[in-house]
Amino acid sequence: MKLELKKFHLKEKIDLQKKDWVLIAIIIFVAGLAFLMHHFIGGKGAGCVTVKVEGEIQGVYSLAEDQVIEINDGTNILEIRNGTADVTGADCPDKLCVNQKAISKNGESIICLPNKVVVTVDSSENSEFDAVAQ
Amino acid sequence: MDHKERIRREESGLRNEVAYFGVFTALALIFSYVETLIPISFGVPGVKIGLANLVVVIALYKIALKEAYLLSVVRVLLAGFLFGNYFSIIYSLAGALLSLTVMAVLKKAGGFSIIGVSIAGGVFHNIGQLFVAMLVVETFRVAYYVPVLLIAGLLTGCVIGILSQEMLRRLTHWRVDG
Repeated sequence: MKLELKKFHLKEKIDLQKKDWVLIAIIIFVAGLAFLMHHFIGGKGAGCVTVKVEGEIQGVYSLAEDQVIEINDGTNILEIRNGTADVTGADCPDKLCVNQKAISKNGESIICLPNKVVVTVDSSENSEFDAVAQ
Repeated sequence: MDHKERIRREESGLRNEVAYFGVFTALALIFSYVETLIPISFGVPGVKIGLANLVVVIALYKIALKEAYLLSVVRVLLAGFLFGNYFSIIYSLAGALLSLTVMAVLKKAGGFSIIGVSIAGGVFHNIGQLFVAMLVVETFRVAYYVPVLLIAGLLTGCVIGILSQEMLRRLTHWRVDG
């Protein structure tokens, strides 16, 4: 008895139309553009982190100085160490901000949505971009 | 309804739209639950496969658009109350509605396969959520995530699209009588 195995043809499974490819190309292009924009405009040479709660600036802290900051009466704990800022504690249930990596590059941010806290790395050198971005 | 009409409806598959809507909702809810059990982390907060969108895509192709919207909203509310919180409901709702609207437009425009429609759905689901995030925290800083979210939406949308296509191929005789 001959046993015939049907081959799994991935190409047949994914029969994309021309417009699908155009859509995919646009998405990748926009993603690449956004990445490059952030990479070049975001730049380097970060100096300090800005802490915002509900859109209002609560404080600006230098990245050069190791310190521990309590944001919003202790709902979030921000630690600055070796030129990077990291949220190490939060009272929100999902802890997404705690799980985020430490930030150090200009324009990077850690956001805690439940407490409406935004921690952003800023440098005074390209304040023009910051003004536009705000 | 005379006898012939009844037989015709029975042969065509579905007789009770409401019952099937319930089944779809339950299925979407189960997918939402299954997803909370999968411990896959893509390294970026908030990125997930979106299994429940599979049901929404199928509903878009198999039931009317109105029902797909209702299914989407009911699914988000139920899943939000059961597994999420007040915030996750707002984000999910914005993502789900924008995603479904874009998918409906692309499907109507024609020329897109179900995979393409699903990719657009995945991408715009993320864009909708990002938009709400911008409004809530009152900053455009979250734009930092745009490239990651676009690519993530592309990949998850592609997976959901392939699954939907395979499901629809096996459901050819299946349709809802309005």
